[in-house]
Amino acid sequence: MSMMSEGRPTQPLAGAGHSVATFTGNRALMLEEPLIFESGSAEVTGVDLEPVPAHASRLGGLERKGAIGLPGLAEGEAVRHYTRLSRQNYGIDLGLFPLGSCTMKHNPRLNEKVARLPGFADVHPLQPQDTVQGALELIHELAEWLKALTNMPAVAMAPKAGAHGELCGMLAIRAAHEARGDARSVVLVPESAHGTNPATAAFCGYRVESIPADARGRVDTAALLARLGPDVAAVMITNPNTCGLFEPDLKRISDAVHAAGGYVYCDGANFNAIVGRVRPGDLGVDAMHINLHKTFSTPHGGGGPGSGPVVFSEALAPFAPLPFVVEEGGRLHLVEEESASAENHGQSFGRMSAFHGQMGMFVRALAYIKSHGADGLRQVAEDAVLNANYVLRSLDDLLSAPFGDSGPCMHEALFDDGFLKDTGVTTLDVAKALIDEGFHPMTMYFPLVVHGAMLIEPTETESRARLDEFIASLRGLAEAARAGDAGRFRTAPHFAPRSRLDETRAARSPVLAWTPAQTAE
Amino acid sequence: MRYLPLTPEDRQAMLAKIGVDSIDDLFVDVPAEARLPGPIPDLAAHQPEMLVERDLTRMAKRNMAAGEHPFFLGAGAYRHHVPASVDHLIQRGEFLTSYTPYQPEIAQGTLQYLFEFQTQVARLLGMEVANASMYDGSTAMTEAVFMARRITRRGKTILSAGVHPHYVRAAETLCRFTGDRLDVRPPEPARSDVAELIARIDDDTSAVVVQNPDAFGHVADLTGLAEAAHAKGALLIVVVTEVVSLGLLKSPGEMGADIVVGEGQSLGVGLLFGGPHLGLFACNSKHVRQMPGRLCGETVDADGRRGFVLTLSTREQHIRREKATSNICTNSGLMSLAFSIHMTLLGEKGLRHLAELNHARACEAADRLAAVPGVEMLTPRFFNEFALRLPVPARKAVRDMAEMGVLGGVSAARLYPGQPDLENVLLVAVTETASSSDIEALVRALQHVVTQ
Repeated sequence: MSMMSEGRPTQPLAGAGHSVATFTGNRALMLEEPLIFESGSAEVTGVDLEPVPAHASRLGGLERKGAIGLPGLAEGEAVRHYTRLSRQNYGIDLGLFPLGSCTMKHNPRLNEKVARLPGFADVHPLQPQDTVQGALELIHELAEWLKALTNMPAVAMAPKAGAHGELCGMLAIRAAHEARGDARSVVLVPESAHGTNPATAAFCGYRVESIPADARGRVDTAALLARLGPDVAAVMITNPNTCGLFEPDLKRISDAVHAAGGYVYCDGANFNAIVGRVRPGDLGVDAMHINLHKTFSTPHGGGGPGSGPVVFSEALAPFAPLPFVVEEGGRLHLVEEESASAENHGQSFGRMSAFHGQMGMFVRALAYIKSHGADGLRQVAEDAVLNANYVLRSLDDLLSAPFGDSGPCMHEALFDDGFLKDTGVTTLDVAKALIDEGFHPMTMYFPLVVHGAMLIEPTETESRARLDEFIASLRGLAEAARAGDAGRFRTAPHFAPRSRLDETRAARSPVLAWTPAQTAE
Repeated sequence: MRYLPLTPEDRQAMLAKIGVDSIDDLFVDVPAEARLPGPIPDLAAHQPEMLVERDLTRMAKRNMAAGEHPFFLGAGAYRHHVPASVDHLIQRGEFLTSYTPYQPEIAQGTLQYLFEFQTQVARLLGMEVANASMYDGSTAMTEAVFMARRITRRGKTILSAGVHPHYVRAAETLCRFTGDRLDVRPPEPARSDVAELIARIDDDTSAVVVQNPDAFGHVADLTGLAEAAHAKGALLIVVVTEVVSLGLLKSPGEMGADIVVGEGQSLGVGLLFGGPHLGLFACNSKHVRQMPGRLCGETVDADGRRGFVLTLSTREQHIRREKATSNICTNSGLMSLAFSIHMTLLGEKGLRHLAELNHARACEAADRLAAVPGVEMLTPRFFNEFALRLPVPARKAVRDMAEMGVLGGVSAARLYPGQPDLENVLLVAVTETASSSDIEALVRALQHVVTQ
């Protein structure tokens, strides 16, 4: 062993330290962190505030008595608490996050910077409109882009997320039917749809009927057309669909739905695959939400906030919700309840939420769109589709691709668990083993139309080298499973901050808030 | 294009691996008439980062930023100082660029802060359980109305005159289609309508919805209302749009609320021109299975270590589809983190101090403004927001004050169009961010506009 002159060893011993239990439970950079209720104190604060001036209370005797139970931490301790927590998370910044249908792509930091400009972030939604012309300009410009990219004549910017956008679209459809005195009760939803589709239709008071998929992973067009009739209000269809396939019959379906007096709602969750190459308006769509947090890369933030503007056809545009921005004589005007009149938007179905939508997401999305431009957005779709097909064709000899023979996929590659037959390894096991390999797992067990689904969406921001690394890893796991090495899967992940968590216990006796007794146990 | 890593050589090699000649061969399922031959005409091409930043900065400068002016707007969105560390922490990539924690082994950071957030919110609102957040306060309130209907199986909900009018409209929009009946009380700028609400509760009443402090700033004791509702088998839903008030005020839970919803943007989030904000949703344990939205719960891992997971998801759309309690999918994740960090920095001591400071500043402003000739104070009991009746239309007063560089409040007419008795009503919110000189500027501006 080589030594420094002071006697400190400068070369490690082979294999030192691997199975040592630590006194803290920490493992070097992997640090355990207590709850703030265990580490903080109601007497500690991490903020300094000005002294409270003398005043006579106007609370009318409604003052709180007794403790609330909110611990504080000094600033440094708070920074450390949340920094330590953050390190127990996987994010796009760390690596490949191929969560099918969720579109986890790089989140550009310019977008974060501009969203924080005081002129956008520190503006109140009810300021006089002359003081927020720049904010209205931004909303207006983003709206114009969304309309042009979809070839749709109108857009509602208010919806707060994809599912809220679905609600917006379906409410417009109901309002349109009601306006012509045409009560319809049924919405057709393909069985491969996101769960939000049937939930939204039911939320709006419709009865949901499921349409099966065909052997090629598309909606069964014949079954759908056969079901159309005077009771069908709308068809909700996802395109590209949740199997990652383009629905080639959509235009034909749209024409038939329209002929039968219904409307076509398109779930735009997968718009990333076709942006700049296909415009949903050219396929006869009447309403479609656009997840700004998917196609236009506003950060997912651990589960939100989202933003779900909805584009509308000419037929549905009059029913769009309040508020919206219009240009009048060179000045932008936000049309709210006060100025909405029978002439301009008397048929609007009303307001969906307080204020005007997810401004913070609009700023990021517009920065993303301007950075890419018309040419770059088209390249986004092409590279997203190229990457997904590369993954599909690099794995389909070893994994089972249920629709692999029916031509190219779009932005995501779908596999089922056929290749795991008789191995004792499940889709869940493969996902957990991928965690050990340093990847976020793919979407699993969705869509429901194939068994043990694994839905891989690499997105356009992954390099070929990253994809090759992922492909090699998944091939290695598939081979290990087929070679009978089920043991390594069942206990995976082995190197994550936690091993598999007991979800049954969590649901059977729910502990949804911290109580002092928990620590005492 | 700076965000796209594939080179032309990569693309060629990958097409070869796939076994096709060109990228067009991957779009063969698109009908020929819907294929665009090239970039959409008349749209700009990609731009360097510097130029995009320059363009957006130009737009931002066209807006009057609240922090650069004496500022007194509230009406459902409040401006508070957010400590610098909050924004730093929520921008850590492991938070910012993570997804819904469906793989809990590598999402304990998100799950633990959600568990802490749920606990903080439940305690602040005085309830047993809070969820992992909703889109905003208005959508949370509509969901609460539906939840009450599922619990009581009754069809009518009474909405107090003091509920934020945007919240009322959002509920009306959905109820028009769901068949839920709403009994909406007309606005009452000069008093709380709790007594009238009690008289309207009947055997078909599912819930009474009341906001505290209300849209005109009134604070009220809701204990009697809760008792009256419960006596008839109805639920009390309390809306809180200014959560800082709960540093001082008795919580809705203490007053007998069954469901509490709120807007949490006051802590950590900021104004953001109205979104994204943060919906709070809390109830007591016995009703938790009727709750909408995500819930995080404690459990253990295979090695017996404490950990957290999303739980009770059999209520949710991805499992129950058309039978779900709501169609909501996302929560307001990053905003709930910002709220939770700000709350952790404040702690109970800081929150109380902050609330007292807000109240003291509002008292100072109220006394000064009420002394302006012709101005009448309409809110005798308030926290940090109150209503004034001006001798002139408030809408014009607000515009004129803005021209003088003072963002002086919200005119009630903007929120309640077509109500002549509210034309002259001005809503003024005063937080810790308003200095005495800001208050002085507001008094002078108001004096000027009412004497014009």
